[in-house]
Amino acid sequence: MPKLSYLKALNRALGDEMDRDESVFVLGEDVNFALTNVTAGFLKRFGPDRVVEVPLTEQGFTNFATGAAMAGRRPVIEFQIPFLLLLVFEQITNQANKFLMMSGGQRSVPVTYLMPAAGWRAGWGAQHSDQPYSMFAHMGVKTVLPATPTDAYGLLTTAIRDDDPVVFFGPLASLSVREIVDYADLAPIPLGSGRVHRPGTDVTVVALGHLVHEALAVAEELADEASVEVWDPRSVYPFDWAGLAESVAKTGRLVVFDDSNRSCGMGAEILATAAEEMRLVAPPKRVTRPDGAIVGAVPELDEVLQPTRPQLAEAVRSVLKSPGW
Amino acid sequence: MADNVANPAVADGLAVAGVTAVPATAAVPAGPTVPSSLELYRTMRFIRRFEERAIDLVRAGEIFSGIHPCIGQEAVAAGACAALAPDDIVLSSHRGHGHLLAKGSDPGRVMAEMAGRVTGIDKGRGGSFHPSDFTAGVYNATGTVGHGAGIAAGIAWAAAKAGEPKVVLSFFGDGAVTQGALLEGFNLAGLWQLPVVYICENNRYATTLPVETAVAGTITGRGEAFGIPSSVVDGQDAEVVHEAVAEAVARARSGGGPSLLEMRTYRYHGHHTFEMLVRLRYRDQAEVNAWKERDPLDIQAARIDAAAKDRVDAEVELELDEVVRFAVDSPRPDPADAMDHYYADGFRPRPGVSL
Ligand SMILES: Cc1ncc(C[n+]2csc(CCOP(=O)(O)OP(=O)(O)O)c2C)c(N)n1
Ligand SMILES: [Mg+2]
Repeated sequence: MPKLSYLKALNRALGDEMDRDESVFVLGEDVNFALTNVTAGFLKRFGPDRVVEVPLTEQGFTNFATGAAMAGRRPVIEFQIPFLLLLVFEQITNQANKFLMMSGGQRSVPVTYLMPAAGWRAGWGAQHSDQPYSMFAHMGVKTVLPATPTDAYGLLTTAIRDDDPVVFFGPLASLSVREIVDYADLAPIPLGSGRVHRPGTDVTVVALGHLVHEALAVAEELADEASVEVWDPRSVYPFDWAGLAESVAKTGRLVVFDDSNRSCGMGAEILATAAEEMRLVAPPKRVTRPDGAIVGAVPELDEVLQPTRPQLAEAVRSVLKSPGW
Repeated sequence: MADNVANPAVADGLAVAGVTAVPATAAVPAGPTVPSSLELYRTMRFIRRFEERAIDLVRAGEIFSGIHPCIGQEAVAAGACAALAPDDIVLSSHRGHGHLLAKGSDPGRVMAEMAGRVTGIDKGRGGSFHPSDFTAGVYNATGTVGHGAGIAAGIAWAAAKAGEPKVVLSFFGDGAVTQGALLEGFNLAGLWQLPVVYICENNRYATTLPVETAVAGTITGRGEAFGIPSSVVDGQDAEVVHEAVAEAVARARSGGGPSLLEMRTYRYHGHHTFEMLVRLRYRDQAEVNAWKERDPLDIQAARIDAAAKDRVDAEVELELDEVVRFAVDSPRPDPADAMDHYYADGFRPRPGVSL
């Protein structure tokens, strides 16, 4: 069976949707030459009307996509660097995402914002390594963060078919992940459905994005000490609260492993909801970036600004040892 | 590494250039001398060899980020910065090493910055992509293409209000002229007649995107729309660049407001050193060759004595050996300091986990 890489999964999902639905088109910088490989082969396959190379005009072309969507198209915008999502935060959250409500339900805005390399770029400087998925969740924009090629395929397909704006984060650190798959098994995955990557009974580790793979390694390391369930929400908004509740009902203990900044990050929301609504037998913990972390300057500094495996192992042990509330 | 080897104008001390119609209360600034042909050659040679040595360090894994080499564009940095006084200000871009060196940044500390060392101009926190050096008047090099234009206007406004006869030189690429924020910066500078010289280094590509497929109208037309004197300049000839920038700087310093200069130039290398690994065929070799026919160093070398050129070349090699040695031998940052310089009051944010 073929090996599917994360980028190839994105390439395949986007190509399949463009084949299936004439209204889908992709726009972005350096898409003709497929700098990121997401649009590899597309210019020849779909032509310049559906592979639209745009100038460095992010705010302009994000609004442009909103317009095209209002007029019946399904644009997919590819962004090169996570900070560009901050540059177009207004265009996504205030223009596209509020429009259905503001029009009294007359017209939805089905744009997909595809960020295929989110997170740490070693050495690329402080302006290139953000991981702003929590901000979109905070503003109520549908946001997905798949960790594996299969999930990337399924969630990009769903994002494109969804009638609302959806932001897709592909963690840079996941792009090297490959999976042996049967292409026939690739299928859309609903928004807001989590996934148990490794079942366990003692503690639930909620891992997001590329940290899923790190969490699986830690669970394996700790296998003699504890039975760790690794649960991946896959979408950060909407969130599979029922799926999390099911896992926590079994384990009673919770650690969140999240590449957001600690303050107001996804990890904070997960702990808060679990504390409010679920049956936790001990105080939960999160392992995140520090508050307001500025990542990207120097690898030596960056390593202490991002959640690590040893921190997760220690947090898991501490939650397991905890006598309770 | 204190000698400003790359900027003879700084190293030699300065005379007043007669472009100083400043408020009567302000001190008359030291204006730049007209640089000699040899000095301009030296600056360009230094920048080129600096970049080549930096590429060696990228290959060796010392410069982790890779770099955006400015090889081919040296005449713009050298000619433009030679028209500035030491107190003038430069805003650079992601392709900024030449700007830093030509403005008088300590080359050893620039290389150390790129290699992420604590001796770097920003203690390793800026890196190759976002360097600043307030000791040399280089205030910023934003990673957000085009967004330096408004920052330049703000600096120029504050300096003008303070009665300081400073001029701000704001560099950006052809890719920036389609960015709304750049045009907003132009409008503010034009509206309030601020002492900014906007320099567009039109090297014909924004990554893989050819300028003619990206820009409606013209680059100079964007300046003209805001009443900003705008012209196209041969960016491969350092003396032509110098003359054009000197005129714009004089106008800015005398209260005549901003200018826009579109420098026609070319980058010989890929957008970023990753193109050494990934072949991207977005331009013809014939085009690259044609531009290399008008190499800025060759143009300048033809104006100087061959023996003097050889002497300068040899000196530059020796200086760069020292630059590289300094950078590579400098200490790396201590992870315990990772959250230094986050807040002006020293406030320390919480770590990512409480254990
Ligand atoms: C606003 C913005 N969009 C996109 C990018 C990604 N990017 C970095 S440099 C670059 C090309 C810039 O081209 P140009 O302005 O012509 O400068 P050059 O690289 O040619 O010196 C792009 C697209 C960015 N950093 N900022
Ligand atoms: Mg360019």
